[in-house]
Amino acid sequence: MEKNSSDNPTVDKLKATFGSEILKTEMFRNQLTVIVKRERITEIMKFLKDDPELSYDLLVDLTAVDGLTMDMHPRFQVVYHLRSMQFGRRVRIKAPVPESDCKIASMSSLWQTANWFERETFEMYGITFEGHPDLRRLLTPEVFKDYPLRKDYPLRGKGEREVILPEGS
Amino acid sequence: MSVENLEQIESVFASTSDELKTKVKDRQKKRLIGEDDEESIQAWQKSDTMVLNFGPQHPATHGTLRMVMELSGETIVKLDPSPGYLHTGFEKLGENYTFNQFIAVTDRMNYLSPLSNNIGFAEAAERLLGIDVPLRAQYIRVIQAELSRIADHLVSIGTHALDLGAFTVFLYAFRQREFIYDLFEISTGSRLTTSYTRIGGLFRDFPEGHEQQIKGWCDQFRIVFDQIEGLLNHNKIFQDRTQNVGKIDAKTAINMGLTGPGLRACGIDYDIRKDEPYLVYDRLDFVVPVGNEGDVFERYLVRMEEMKQSCNMIEQCLRDMPKDGPVNVDDHTISLPNKSRVYGSIEGLIHHFKIIMDQHGIDMPKGEVYHATEAPNGELGWYIISDGKGVPYKVHVRPPSFVHFSMMPYLCQGGLVGDAVAVLGSLNVIAGECDR
Repeated sequence: MEKNSSDNPTVDKLKATFGSEILKTEMFRNQLTVIVKRERITEIMKFLKDDPELSYDLLVDLTAVDGLTMDMHPRFQVVYHLRSMQFGRRVRIKAPVPESDCKIASMSSLWQTANWFERETFEMYGITFEGHPDLRRLLTPEVFKDYPLRKDYPLRGKGEREVILPEGS
Repeated sequence: MSVENLEQIESVFASTSDELKTKVKDRQKKRLIGEDDEESIQAWQKSDTMVLNFGPQHPATHGTLRMVMELSGETIVKLDPSPGYLHTGFEKLGENYTFNQFIAVTDRMNYLSPLSNNIGFAEAAERLLGIDVPLRAQYIRVIQAELSRIADHLVSIGTHALDLGAFTVFLYAFRQREFIYDLFEISTGSRLTTSYTRIGGLFRDFPEGHEQQIKGWCDQFRIVFDQIEGLLNHNKIFQDRTQNVGKIDAKTAINMGLTGPGLRACGIDYDIRKDEPYLVYDRLDFVVPVGNEGDVFERYLVRMEEMKQSCNMIEQCLRDMPKDGPVNVDDHTISLPNKSRVYGSIEGLIHHFKIIMDQHGIDMPKGEVYHATEAPNGELGWYIISDGKGVPYKVHVRPPSFVHFSMMPYLCQGGLVGDAVAVLGSLNVIAGECDR
């Protein structure tokens, strides 16, 4: 179980350091969510990782959310789950990403875990991670050009299965 | 060493780091008989690299994993894992299935321990609802989760030993796993695709006398466990193939996201069952095995000890669990009514209809939740977003195998091809979970 917000200094420290860059904090089912501006995501994540009182040293998970049918503005959110090995706390960081400018800084220099998660998020949602060393498709073939986890992509695909893949792909 | 040779070496290693260069060279020197046999070093340096495609249909990958290796002699210079051959689109399916339907999909994820996935997903959904299942159901879930942990580790160790040439262990382990699958068949109705949990409880209670069957299995398993240990622990060949292979230190392991037995083998005492207890793990008395070397052999030892602890946990659960009682929450908006009520009363029929029919389903609150459970391979996390409908808005799974497979280049580069097989077996990468 995550600690209560009362003995969790994460929010206070983040607000003290970054002020208005922290857009919103939520507690639901005892889980802390912090929504931050994507322009400062690198500094914020670095701070969370290196600050001795927080030391969120494990990037558990990285994914994105497409809020098309949920009326989310901007359309995408990149979601990071962090865990501190020392204190046993977890936190969820979200950064909104608009559809017109689908870009966010890569975390692969801070955590090597991010490398594959970002590749997966890129191929499923079409969000480009700037500074990623090797942003290729991971689970789908190279000839597949769509972003299947977007809400406007149909469940049964757009007929890719009927197209015979060219030799060597 | 001539200038020509040097240029050749440089071109080979142009795409690799300095650290790796020294690693490969040192490794090669060690492989040579005698101190510095200049002739054979030169012979190796003259050789070009070759690209070897490993998988996706190779027996040692235990599934459909593919790795592209660049080899210099027998040494891996570069390794590029390439998953995706079993990509099924589970997360897309999750956005179109109701919560209870999706449980059938979770079976197909880690096909060595389907019950762990069932339980993990149900726990996450119940956390979103903010409910706890009845006590007997919690105990049954723990028993089933620990049985699947043993089954998973048995397969992992059995196939791992088989890859390294120990055939007998494989037979011992698989025979035991077959017994566990028989137990699953008795309690869930199927060996592999169990779909045992429901949101708010279980598909059904244990049948009559099933506790004694599990107890009997535990008793005979202890004897076989000692035999497996005796076959491998002091086996010189096994030790040579696994000790100091695929080593990783704790700091790098955390940075790369290693969890589960692999991380505990590095000396980090991190087990979600202890650190963030769910179900009834806080009532059980068990020890989390922690290694210190972080190599393949240590991961094997941690897995072995975990099986022993799981066996103890199962016996404790059988002793402490309530002898009868409900296994589903008493809430008609969450769990299905029993069939006699469905066929015998209008309310039962309506409740059944409301949960089963399209555009209905369980009334989930709006919100999002990330819930992690300790699966046999590591941290299995479920990130569920609900917009208040019966179908989740987004289901994302954090599969341990996906993260572990991405570590292969770090663990294997500079080693031999045979070591890559050993490392892959020790991480127990399951393609179904990796590719989803």
